[in-house]
Amino acid sequence: MMHNSRRGRMLALAAVATLALGVTAACGSDDEKPAGGGSSAAAAGPVTITLQTFGGGENFAYDDAVKAWNASHPNIQVKYVNLTDRFEDTYLPQMLQWLESGAGAGDIIGMDEGGMGLMGARPQYFADLGQYGLDSRKADFPEYKWNTGINKDGKLFAIGTDIGGMAMCYRTDLFKKAGLPTDRDEVSKLWPDWNSYLEVGKKLTSALKGVAFVDGANTVYNSVLSQETGKNGNVQYFDKDNNLILDKNPGIKASFDYVQTLSKAGLTAKLRSWTEEWNTAMQKGQFATMGCPSWMLGTISGTSGDANSGNWDVAAVPGGSGNWGGSWLMVPAQSKHPKEAAEVLNYLTSKEGQIAAFKEGGNFPSNIQAQQDPTVAEAKNAYFNDAPSGPIFADSVSKLSPVFFGEKHAQVKAAVEEVLVGADQGSIKWDEAWQRFIDEGVKAAG
Amino acid sequence: MSLHVDAGRVPSRAAPSGGRRREQRPAPRRFLSWLDLRATPYIFVSPYFILFAIFGLFPLLFTAWVSLHKWQLAGEKTFIGLENYTKLLVDEKFWNAVGNTVGIFLIATVPQLLIALLLANALNKKLRGRLVIRLSVLIPLITSVVAVAVVFTQLYGRDYGVVNWILGLFGTDNIHWQNEKWSSWIAIATMVDWRWTGYNAIIYLAAMQTIPKDLYEAASIDGASPRRQFWGITVPMLKPTIIFTVIVSTIGGFTLFAEPVMFGSGLMTGGTTGQFQTVAMFIVKEGFRDFEYGYAAAAAWVLFLLILITVLINSVLVRGIGRSK
Repeated sequence: MMHNSRRGRMLALAAVATLALGVTAACGSDDEKPAGGGSSAAAAGPVTITLQTFGGGENFAYDDAVKAWNASHPNIQVKYVNLTDRFEDTYLPQMLQWLESGAGAGDIIGMDEGGMGLMGARPQYFADLGQYGLDSRKADFPEYKWNTGINKDGKLFAIGTDIGGMAMCYRTDLFKKAGLPTDRDEVSKLWPDWNSYLEVGKKLTSALKGVAFVDGANTVYNSVLSQETGKNGNVQYFDKDNNLILDKNPGIKASFDYVQTLSKAGLTAKLRSWTEEWNTAMQKGQFATMGCPSWMLGTISGTSGDANSGNWDVAAVPGGSGNWGGSWLMVPAQSKHPKEAAEVLNYLTSKEGQIAAFKEGGNFPSNIQAQQDPTVAEAKNAYFNDAPSGPIFADSVSKLSPVFFGEKHAQVKAAVEEVLVGADQGSIKWDEAWQRFIDEGVKAAG
Repeated sequence: MSLHVDAGRVPSRAAPSGGRRREQRPAPRRFLSWLDLRATPYIFVSPYFILFAIFGLFPLLFTAWVSLHKWQLAGEKTFIGLENYTKLLVDEKFWNAVGNTVGIFLIATVPQLLIALLLANALNKKLRGRLVIRLSVLIPLITSVVAVAVVFTQLYGRDYGVVNWILGLFGTDNIHWQNEKWSSWIAIATMVDWRWTGYNAIIYLAAMQTIPKDLYEAASIDGASPRRQFWGITVPMLKPTIIFTVIVSTIGGFTLFAEPVMFGSGLMTGGTTGQFQTVAMFIVKEGFRDFEYGYAAAAAWVLFLLILITVLINSVLVRGIGRSK
């Protein structure tokens, strides 16, 4: 009986998965109800699934999605808890402690890109989502997003939620003053690759005194690096056996060199992101372009203020692809209801779930079907001259190479980027920077 | 409660006198009264010691235990003996952090205590509106340390900071305060001093008021100048208080954390090359950013020993005050 009911539920889940995959939004959510409800009826009473996330503001923006789920699934009720707005110093250490102690973590947890290398190296703490049929979702996601959810044992342990993507935000007022085109399509054509981006920068800075071309080193570095990754076997700091390859991966040196050229040409404003100076520079128009993942649009409009409304616009990033940030959902092995949790996870990462999060919090979907939905693809941003930025972001991640994140990826990344900021700002000489870049990376890898 | 204790004491003293043995309480009650008499005082003082054992002693010992392991959060835990310590002692990043901590401590604490002493001496004079003035030096202390750090970090801003604007009036270029050791240390030291100088001044002032007036009267009859009186009477009489403030400032200085973190936009790296990374930041970075608990625990213990040594050195130095006079 028990066995049968489990198999029954498996079938129902498979049906849900297929529906969510293949059919249209309305159809999928309608049909889900009887399937999910029927399967849960076989279980012993209603099950509560705790969903734990992090982030400020709307964070994962699941209020509407969870409300819709709870209304149609009386036997699987989702409790949505946003634990903290701080990922790195609060959420991640806390989650690791909970995972280690075997209690405390929710049935579904959210994870930022910065924690994925670490989690992928700890397969013992997570349920294998393939076991619940979720590996059929592969076609829904860009390769990068999907592959990061595979852990070191080759099992599917996480599925993507939002994604950053990469665009280039630029100041139309400054471009106009410098005699450059201001229309977003023409601007995108100005910089098909990074060399032409550099040339545009030289043109702009020679025309406008006291204005830099780009804020600082890091977004550019990361965008170049993510494009180089594909040329070098889809690895960045670590090879697939978790060995540090900082000095062996030509893509890293190429990205480093490009930033060096940019900085030495005086095109950067020598700023570090998230500092007071950076905020002020944004308000005063001290730099003309900035690498822009989808969530950065909110940062720009919030920081630059109403006075700069319409001064910013969004063009494609040189080289066409890049990503910064984004999250995943996973089911900890300690969950008492992994099957139901996987069902909810499946829904939240589905087209409907991600569109709901986009509507509520502007979180850009990683789900390709959600990206193509008119709600996302044709959404306009009033602050950015009504730029329909959706297709630009979707484009930037479709060609994005999958990356293997080593266990200490986040630590190495933070350490070497610190050297780039230092060299850009002048506390480290460029002659010594590469050696230091490697030394710091080696230290951070432990 | 004290009544209860007394009630227990009388019969137990009377007991050996004999004659009334028949009326002796049954054994359990006698035990209770013994317990009441002997154990109650310990029970009364125990909350502190229980709390200390849980939140003081246990973490201290557990940290020592962790420091002997390669202990990663949700990862491997292998006993490696003193390897963390040997690694730490040759880790130039750790010594850089120690150097920063000591450096900031010196340029913050020495002027701070001197200014506090002079300030207290001034406040000890008969002034109009004495109470208001005395209270006002304490105001910085009640501001949140984060608020202080945020405001000062803006004052020291590279492009639009007030400090650079004032220096610019004298023709200097904009200083990027985070970029060099000397500039970042000065900036952090001013935050520390702004907050703590008044606190120390009030402590000195309180101590000054306990110095007998006749000492000063005798000194002025002998023709000692106010300056001579200050160095010859006030400072030597304040010695125990100075030792106390030096110890407290040493502990505070060696565990400096919030100011440099805020100054470095919330990162634990303390500048691009660790210009102002303190030992406390080093520990947090190792433990909670890189998840190497064992290594962080070893650093915490070394910091503990460093504080102990510095406090001893300082109190020896301070004991010498006034001796040569």
